[in-house]
Order: sequence, then structure tokens, then C-alpha cells
Amino acid sequence: MLRIRNLTVSFRTPTGISHAVREVSLSVGREKVGIVGESGSGKSLTARAALRLLPPGAILEAEELSFDGTDVLRARESDMRRIRGGRAGLILQDPKFSLNPVMTAGAQIAEAWRAHRGGTRRQAAHAAVDLLAQVRIRHPAHVADHYPHELSGGMGQRVMIAMMLAPGPDLLIADEPTSALDATVQADILRLIDDLVSRRSMGLVLISHDLPLVSHFCDRVLVMYAGRIVEELAARDLAHAKHPYTRALLTCLPSLTHDQPRLPVMQRDPAWAEA
Amino acid sequence: MIAVRDLRVRFGHTEAVRGVSFGVPRGGSFGLVGESGSGKSTVLRAIAGLIHDWTGRIELDGEPVAARRPKAFFRRVQMVFQDPYGSLHPRQTVDRALSEPLIVHGIGDVQSRVVRALADVSLPASARFRYPHQLSGGQRQRVAIARALITGPQVLLLDEPTSALDVSVQAEVLNLLTDLQREHGLTYVLVSHNLAVVAHLCDRVGVMQAAAVVEELSAADLRAGRAAHPHTAELRRLSLELEEPEPVAQT
Repeated sequence: MLRIRNLTVSFRTPTGISHAVREVSLSVGREKVGIVGESGSGKSLTARAALRLLPPGAILEAEELSFDGTDVLRARESDMRRIRGGRAGLILQDPKFSLNPVMTAGAQIAEAWRAHRGGTRRQAAHAAVDLLAQVRIRHPAHVADHYPHELSGGMGQRVMIAMMLAPGPDLLIADEPTSALDATVQADILRLIDDLVSRRSMGLVLISHDLPLVSHFCDRVLVMYAGRIVEELAARDLAHAKHPYTRALLTCLPSLTHDQPRLPVMQRDPAWAEA
Repeated sequence: MIAVRDLRVRFGHTEAVRGVSFGVPRGGSFGLVGESGSGKSTVLRAIAGLIHDWTGRIELDGEPVAARRPKAFFRRVQMVFQDPYGSLHPRQTVDRALSEPLIVHGIGDVQSRVVRALADVSLPASARFRYPHQLSGGQRQRVAIARALITGPQVLLLDEPTSALDVSVQAEVLNLLTDLQREHGLTYVLVSHNLAVVAHLCDRVGVMQAAAVVEELSAADLRAGRAAHPHTAELRRLSLELEEPEPVAQT
């Protein structure tokens, strides 16, 4: 579905070209793939490049970058608009910033539904309530009339997910979807995403800094460091990770079950940033 | 060192803290865990004197503190916030940020104290004349810790001090806090949503839900799952299910 070969994203800086993503290759089918890395590792840029949603000034190069057969590198903006939101939904970290504050939840979902499917306002409003029910909101018709500021963080994220589901996408890209949420809500939202992805047999790209969390929900995990994928492994093989960076990401976490007076500190090897 | 008795904080018609009590011995660490809105940060802010409208009793070293804190209080009690980018002035150098508490409290010997404070948190001397945006997130949090320590306080109030940091940097900052506590005999009150972080740093833990402490237990009991309250058990189960690092196989 999503095919990326040798993707490079770079920025021009006063001191020369800076490469934020280097020679990244990955393909995603109807499966759950996690991309893990620390801040600045290029994980978000990789996902955004797939939808050609890069910040201004970014230079995008790739041998292949295609979504369901559409060449993202050369597609017209109108074709990209059909992919974005239509075939591929993007869920961002904080619903507070991605929802329109002056539209009700229902109106926003209805707008997304009509933009991609057409139909009357009445049909769209019905679809919005139905979608809110699908993201397990208890009183969907009631919540549809609420504005974003009247919703909790978890509720807001459910509305975002409902909006992304409206056009019936094949792929869901979730960039730190639960980092702004409490543990109990985080678990609910991830289980919801997991369930929706399985039931609608969509593909999922879950981007996070949290390796244990990602490996819990994904089939396959890609670990990024300094713009490169340094390791790719099946989530169940996490304990047998080979790359020292992946292993350090796990060992430097405090554990609730094992007490240790000092935490191991990551000794960064300059060789990790090399190909 | 710190004793809180029946602390209540009210914002308008909502009670944000409903009768919270706990004590921390000198050199000890107490952790408050709970979800957002449970009132844990409000407790910390009330102790710090950032909230004036509270009732109950807050004691520092056996002495009740006044609603309006005297200046000397802030020499003894300092606070570190979650986001160092938000708590450092963007147009002030590290040198200025560290000098200011010394000037405010009329502590002399500014130059050498600033240099020592940077060394204490393992920052290079070259960081002294940098601006916050020229530092990494971990370095900024070290500056915030250095600033809190520069007046020589006895108590450090830590509000999610590692939540905005990458896990590798979190490990470094947690180790730093452990070392500083031992070297300076500091007393910590730590607020965090991360149970593993709290259990790592603290001896005793208070679990907050809906503006009240529903259970207080030792870190060892929390680790072992000897929790009496269902909310504690729920938070522990989620932490183990979603956040517990898998033991890495040796090679």
C-alpha cells in the first residue's frame, strides 16, 4: 500500500544541507507497523513525507514513494488531497490543536465525510453520529453538538479518530496519538485504534517515542536514530533486539518491578549515525 | 521535614484538593501519582506558595508556613517544573538565570557559585553564556535544576521533571537527582504520572484520585503489587502492561 525506497528529507541551513531523514526504506501493507525513535530521529518527518506534508523548505528525495500506486513525488496537489484524509488518515498528538475550535464535533466530522463522499448535509450529520458511536462515545448525538473545548482530551482524540475514519481510509498514520493523554485513557484509545484497524482491515503506522508501548500494539517495529532506520524487528522479538541503540532504549527505562539504584546511561556511539 | 495536614484548595466552586495529608522526613522522597486533574500538581503548588487560597496546615521543619511565604522560605524550598523551555526566560542567558536567585536573596560570591552550580549538574562551563534555545532539552532541565539548587535549599518540589524528556535523557536526569539528593541531603516531593519513575526515586508514594489521596504506600509495596485501593491496582496494571520494559536478553 505504502512503498518508500531510499527516502531522504533535508533542509538548507546557513551552514549547509542538513539531512533529517536518510535513505529510509519501508513498505506498509494491511498490518500494524511502529516507528520508534527519540526527538529529532526523523520518525515524524518520514510519516509526513508519505503524505507530502512537509514543512516549507524541506527537500524531499526518494527512489520510490508511492501510495496505492500513486506516485507521491509527482502527484498533483488535487490528487494528494484525495489521498490525504481520503485514503490515508493522519492522527496527531493533541486534539486541542487539530480540531477546529469554532465548529462542533459533529459538524467537523460531517464536513470531512462530505468532502470525500459527497451527499447531503442531513446524510453527513447522520454519518457523523454513527462514526462517533463507532469510536465508542456513549451519547454520540449529544457529543456531536459539543465544541472541542467542552470535550476532555480522550474524547477529543476519539472525535479526531472518527473524523479520520469518515472517508473510509486504507491506512491510518498515528503520530504520538496518546502522548498528551492519561494512562487509562491512553490504553482505551490505543485499544480503540487497534480494534478499528483490525475490523476494517486497514494498515496502521504508529509513531511514538515509547518502545514498550509500540511493541505492545504493533506487529513490526522500526527503530530510527539520527534519520536512519537502525533496526527492524518483529514486536515479539524485542527482548532479542540486536542494535545497541534499541537495547539501550529499553535498559535506560526505570522498571516498576525491578529496583535498581542507578539507571544505565546510554553511551552513544557515533557509528550509529553512519550507514 | 515537610508535613501536610488536611490540605484543601478550592478554585471557585470546585474543590481541587480535598483534605490531603502526608509527611516527608528529612532526606526522604515522597511521590504523588495520579491522572491529570487528580490534584497532584495543585498540592505541590500549594506547598510552593504558588497558590494562596488554601486551608489546612503545611509545616516546614516543624514550623507552620504562613499563607504568604516570607522570602527566607524560598531559599529553603525550590521547585522544578516539567517544561524547562517554559520555565527559563528565553532572552536570558544561563548565567543570568542562575545569578538572579543569588541577587534576590542577597547571597554574595555570585561568580563562583554559578560555576559550581553548573558543575553540580554536570553541565560544561561553556553553557554559562548560552541562551535556552541553544541548549538541548536535557541541558535545559539541568539548568532548571541548577537554578533551584543555587540558593542551597533543603526541599526540592519536582513537578513531572522528566516527562518532557527523551528516555535516554530521563535516565541521566533521574541519576542526577539521585546523586544530588545524597550529596546535599535534599528532601524531595515528586509529582508524576509515571509509576516507574516515582517508584525509582521515592520511598513512599501517595496515589491521588478525584482531589484526594486514596492510598499511601511504600515504593516496595507498589512494586510488589501490595495495593489496597482499586485505583492504585489499576494504575499499576496499566503501567506494567504498557510501559514496563522487557528484560533485554544478554548477548
